[in-house]
Amino acid sequence: MRAIVTVIGKDQVGIIARVCALLAEQGINVLDISQTILQEYFTMIMLVDASASKVPFAQLVSLLEAEGREQGLVIHAQREDIFNAMHRI
Amino acid sequence: MAMFNSNEILDTIHMIDQQHLDVRTITMGISLLDCADPDPRAACRKIYDKITRSAKDLVRTGEDIEAEFGIPIVNKRISVTPIALVAGASRTEDYVPFAVALDKARAETGVNFVGGFSALVQKGMTSADRNLIRSLPEALAATELVCGSVNVGSTKAGINMDAVALMGRTIKELAARTADQDGFGCAKLVVFCNAVEDNPFMAGAFHGVSEGDRVINVGVSGPGVVHHALQSVKGQPFDVVAETIKKTAFRITRMGQLVAQEASRRLDVPFGIVDLSLAPTPTVGDSVARILEEMGLETCGTHGTTAALAMLNDAVKKGGVMASSHVGGLSGAFIPVSEDEGMIAAASSGALCLDKLEAMTCVCSVGLDMIAVPGDTTAETLSAIIADEAAVGMVNSKTTAVRLIPAPGKRVGDTVEFGGLLGSAPVMPVHPESSADFVHRGGRIPAPMQSLKN
Repeated sequence: MRAIVTVIGKDQVGIIARVCALLAEQGINVLDISQTILQEYFTMIMLVDASASKVPFAQLVSLLEAEGREQGLVIHAQREDIFNAMHRI
Repeated sequence: MAMFNSNEILDTIHMIDQQHLDVRTITMGISLLDCADPDPRAACRKIYDKITRSAKDLVRTGEDIEAEFGIPIVNKRISVTPIALVAGASRTEDYVPFAVALDKARAETGVNFVGGFSALVQKGMTSADRNLIRSLPEALAATELVCGSVNVGSTKAGINMDAVALMGRTIKELAARTADQDGFGCAKLVVFCNAVEDNPFMAGAFHGVSEGDRVINVGVSGPGVVHHALQSVKGQPFDVVAETIKKTAFRITRMGQLVAQEASRRLDVPFGIVDLSLAPTPTVGDSVARILEEMGLETCGTHGTTAALAMLNDAVKKGGVMASSHVGGLSGAFIPVSEDEGMIAAASSGALCLDKLEAMTCVCSVGLDMIAVPGDTTAETLSAIIADEAAVGMVNSKTTAVRLIPAPGKRVGDTVEFGGLLGSAPVMPVHPESSADFVHRGGRIPAPMQSLKN
């Protein structure tokens, strides 16, 4: 199952490393990353494959959210289907 | 990204995080026709058993979908067969125990509301219909989150003025029974004309007799998203405004369709419809009134409001229809006064009055909704307001509804607080002149012509 992980917040050292470490720990494979600084805000969007995830997807979502809160970032993980539905006919 | 560009992804995130995009409700419709029993206690037991069995996974499934897709699903609800049709078989005149059974089943399944303590009396009333209406004040006062509705008119049948008169008295009695909560019980009762059978929204949801055994209907929301989109086309002609609303409605509805299909698949219950309504909440930034004001009106309720609402309602439907395989329910912009931050402000300032709201209901769903009126408003005046609104629905072949709260002891200028999604309502003035002789005539207003339309 593919999902989109978005990370938004104030830029700081090591954001990508920390998010990727968490994903790797849970067996999530990163397929694609795009990262930019948008109006001083760090914005990273990752396409990941969660089919080998060690935890149920809903739990992964809360793990990422908790990590985000700790770092002062907003991290979302959502199934890819929602973006397909809203942006593709 | 391989498939999406960053803007598309961030658009969706912002819609959810900042513009209050959500799925208002996943509503499971459940037929109770097979629960009828001569023994009322047996009937209530069957009702409780069937609901708790059918909907045992509804809340958990909703929460799973919410977590996986990152879309808030605000409510999970149940609608059932109009209880008058089920309870009619029982040897009793007291239908309150049926409402209690529904409320217990609601508590057990963990859903937010159960709707369907209802009767359909647009042409005539059976003794079961009378029993149900007579039980309404106590049933809705004694239960927590059971909703009731009565359909008093239709384009095909006309308006049942005996039922209209009865409903005015029923609303007064319900307000009196819940006087300690400013007549809150009335927020759980809707009087309809042309009620639909697959509406997922409360308080008017029921599971129509032409529906299957179980069905999943989804209601989307999203006034905040439409409002935000219109901020980027300031000053541009209405053609551009309409296109912008259509595109936004398309996205919102696609999301609703996705959620509906997922819920249907996971629960193994057939998908019914997506309801395209723009449902506001009292939260700032989630208001239908503010969309109308964004189009260039100083305050919702001033001249131009009806035209603005007509365009909004039409564009939402045009955008939404293509996004869903089955559209149904009420599908239009809602204008519940107490549940919409901008409407509350407009009504408090005096710019928005009952007469203007009535005009607005000619061009949108659904009706005079969540409006607090003075506590000393007579039953006859309430009935006359219901008759006016039913006439709008009957002649225009659309659903209209009335949900008025004659708040005991309150006067114009006071505010009634309901809390949560139901918000707060400034008490609005009604015309003081009497409609009593009109209402006391009773009988039926004949069904209208459907040609020679002018």
